[in-house]
Amino acid sequence: MSAEGLAQRARLPYDADLALAPETVAAGGADAARPVVAGRGVAKRLLRRPTFVIGVAVVLFWALAALLWQRLGFDPYAPAGAPLQAPSSEHLLGTDNLGRDMLARVLAGARPTLQVAPLATLLATAAGTALGLVAGYFRGVVDDLLMRSFDVLYAFPGIIAVLLVSSAFGHSLLTLVIAIAIFFTPIVARTVRSAVLVETDKQYVEAARLQGERASWIVFREILPNVLPTVVVEGTIRLAYAIFVSAGLSFLGLGAQPPSPDWGLVVSQNRIFIQNAWWCAAFPALAIATLVVSVNLIADNLREVTHR
Amino acid sequence: MSPALVLDDLTIAYGERAPVVRGLSLEIAPGEAYGLVGESGSGKSTVALAVARYLPRVARIVSGSLRVAGSDPYALDDRALRELRTSAIAMVYQEPGRALNPTMRVGRQLGEVFELKGIDGEQRRAQVLQTLARVGFDAPETVAARYPHELSGGQQQRVVIAMALAVRPALLVLDEPTTGLDAQVQAGVLELIERLRDELGAGVLLISHNLPLIAAHCDRVGILAAGELVEEGDARTVVERPSHPYTRALVAAVPRIDAPPPARDAPPVEGAPVVHVRGLTKRYGAHAAVRDVDLEIGRGEVFGLVGESGSGKTTLGRAIAGLTAHDGDVRLIGRPQMVFQSPDASLNPRRTVRKTLARAIRKLGGDQTPAQLAEQVGLGPELLDRLPGELSGGQKQRVAIARAFAGPIGLVVCDEATSALDVSVQAKILDLLRELQSSRGVSYLFVSHDLAVVRRLADRVGVMYRGELVEVGDAEQIFTAPQHPYTQAILAAAITPEPSSHEALT
Repeated sequence: MSAEGLAQRARLPYDADLALAPETVAAGGADAARPVVAGRGVAKRLLRRPTFVIGVAVVLFWALAALLWQRLGFDPYAPAGAPLQAPSSEHLLGTDNLGRDMLARVLAGARPTLQVAPLATLLATAAGTALGLVAGYFRGVVDDLLMRSFDVLYAFPGIIAVLLVSSAFGHSLLTLVIAIAIFFTPIVARTVRSAVLVETDKQYVEAARLQGERASWIVFREILPNVLPTVVVEGTIRLAYAIFVSAGLSFLGLGAQPPSPDWGLVVSQNRIFIQNAWWCAAFPALAIATLVVSVNLIADNLREVTHR
Repeated sequence: MSPALVLDDLTIAYGERAPVVRGLSLEIAPGEAYGLVGESGSGKSTVALAVARYLPRVARIVSGSLRVAGSDPYALDDRALRELRTSAIAMVYQEPGRALNPTMRVGRQLGEVFELKGIDGEQRRAQVLQTLARVGFDAPETVAARYPHELSGGQQQRVVIAMALAVRPALLVLDEPTTGLDAQVQAGVLELIERLRDELGAGVLLISHNLPLIAAHCDRVGILAAGELVEEGDARTVVERPSHPYTRALVAAVPRIDAPPPARDAPPVEGAPVVHVRGLTKRYGAHAAVRDVDLEIGRGEVFGLVGESGSGKTTLGRAIAGLTAHDGDVRLIGRPQMVFQSPDASLNPRRTVRKTLARAIRKLGGDQTPAQLAEQVGLGPELLDRLPGELSGGQKQRVAIARAFAGPIGLVVCDEATSALDVSVQAKILDLLRELQSSRGVSYLFVSHDLAVVRRLADRVGVMYRGELVEVGDAEQIFTAPQHPYTQAILAAAITPEPSSHEALT
C-alpha cells in the first residue's frame, strides 16, 4: 500500500495541526500505571470483594456483641441452668461447669478482647509510625540508635517480654495493653521505616527540601500521606496478632481474671472438661478464630487494593 | 519460504475498551529489518506482545490475524506454542537487567536455551562460549562465569541478544532494545543486531520511539499513531519526505545535533556569575564521583552538562543545588530550584496541582496565583484540582517546571528533565524551558545525556568524563570543533547516521 493511501485511510481522532502530543488524550488512555489514591474508589473496590465484606461483617458482629450484650439481656455471670449441658434450644451453646449460659459468656467475652487488642494496636501503630518516620527520614545516628534498640527488644522472645511486663506491673487489662503495645511498636516501626526509605528517594521530597520546607513538614505532610496505606495495612495485621496475644495471655492467667468471660480465660478454665463437654472450650476458641481470621481477611484485602 | 511475520488487519483491545491497535497490516520478509515507530500509548508494545502470544489475559484480538514464520500462534495448542516460542521467535526487551535471572550465572542461563534444544555437555558449553563471542565478548569464559549484576547495561543487553540468537529464530522482536543505554553503547548494540540479521537471515521487528535510530537501522519503517499505521515505506523516504502530517510533525520534533539552535531572544548578561564553583569534589568512600570541578554560570546563561551514565554529571548538578554534601566551594546568587527526570516521582502523588503550586509560591515568595502560574507553563485551569496520577507525563513535567518558577530564582538545575518524555512532548517542554528562561532571565544548569537536546538549548557546554570536567566551551565550538578526544568520541557516536543528507529536513 502506498504512503498516500495509508495517510488517507488513517482517520486519526485529532486535527492535523495538533497531530503531535495529544497530551490530554494520553492522559485518558495511555497512563496505565496510575497510582492508587486512597479515598477515591478504594472503598468501592473493597466492597466488591466478598472476603472483605465477610471479614467486616464478622468483626462488626463481635463489636456489636461487645457493646450490646447487657441491653440484650444476656447474663454471663449467673447460673442459668444445670451445669455442663450440651447445646439445646434452651441454651444454644450449652452451659459451663457452673451452669452459666455459654452463649451469654461468648457474646460478653468479646468486650475485653475488643478493649485490649485495638487499643494496644493503636498505641503501637502510632508510636511505631512516628519512630519509623524519624528513623527512615533522618537516617544516620538516629536511625542506627533506634534500629539497634529494636534489635535488643527483638532478642527477647516476644511472649516472654510481654509476660515480663505484665507480671511486673500486675494483672490488669491496662498492663496488657501497654505490654502488647511495647512488643509491637518496633515491628510497626521497621515496616514504616522501609516504606519511608522508598519515598525519601523520590524527587518530590528533594523538591520540598529545595523549596525550603522544614523537616517536620516533609515528614508529616509530604511523606506520611504516602506511607499511610502501609501504616493502615500494618496496623490491621498487628490487630489480628494483638487479639491472638491478648487471648494467649488471658489463657495463661495474665490478663483478665475470673469470673470474666474473656475468651482466652474461658478456654483455659474449661479445657479440663473438653472430653465430655467440648462446647465449653470450643465456642470461645471458635470466637477467637473467627475474629482473627476476619481481621486478617480485611488486612489482606486492604493490602491488595492499596499496594498494586 | 514464508514471511517472518504477517499481520493482517489486526485489531486488539483491552477488555471492552476502545482498541489500542486498529486494523494493523504489515509483512516482514526473512532477512528484512522493519522498524515500528510510535509514541507512548500508540500500541507498539501491544504489537510486540501479541506476536509471541504474550498478551495479558484481559487483551483480546478483536479481528484480523497474525502469522509467525507461517504459523498462527493463536491457533496452536500449548505444546506447539512452546515449540514456536523456543524455535521461531526471540524477544529482546528494553531492560536487560530484568530479562536476566539475577541468581544465575550468564553461562548457565544461556545454556538453558541450548538445553531446550537438546544439546548437552561439552557441546553445550562450546556453543555457549561461541555465542558469547559472536555478540562481541572478547573473553567469553569470564563473562559466562559472571552474574548479570556484574555486567554493565550494554553487556547485559548483549547477553540477552546472545540468548535470542541461540534460538536461531525466524523472527527477532526488539522492543526499545537500546533505550536507557549510553549513545556509544547503543551504537554498538545496534551494529551487532544488524550484523546478526545478515548472518542469520532472520526477520527483525524493531520497535522504538526513536525515529532517527530506526531509520538508520531498518529497511522499512511503519509509523504507528493511536493504534493505526499512518505511514509506511522505505526508511529513507519516510524520514526525508514524510507524507502524513503526523510523521512530518514527528520528524520536525526530533532535536538535531547537527543544526545550530534557534537564535536567542535574551542573550546572557555580562557581570557577576550566578553560580561560582571551585574545587567541587564528591566522594563515596574511596571513589570520587566528582573530582575537583571548577565552574561558572553567568546570569541568564544556559549551561549544558553532558556525559555518559556514571560520569558524575547528575551528582555535580545535585551538589550545586545543595542536595548532597560535598567538598569544595559553591557560591550561588539566589535560591536554586530543580526539575527532575521522572515526572512520576517529582510530584507528591497525594497533592493536587493547585496545592503543590500554592505551597511553592508561598515558600519561594512568588506573587502569582496557582492559576496564573499554571497558565504560564501552558496548563489549563481545569487541571488545577487534579492529582498527579490523573495527568500525562508532559503535564506532570509542566507542573514540576511551574513549581521551580514559583518565585524569584537565580538558577534552575534541569536533571535529564526531558529524557522520560516522548519526542513530541520533549520538543514542547524544551520550547517552554527556553521561553521561561528568556522571560524570567534565569540561568539553567541543563544536565543531559542527549547531546541533541543540549544543542537546542545551551549557550555553553561542559563535558563530564569519569568525574572530571574534561572540556568546557561555547556550545557552537563544542559541537563543531570539539578538542578533547572524549568529546570527539561521544559526538561521533551520537551524530545520527542517517541514510543520506539532511537537507530535506532542515
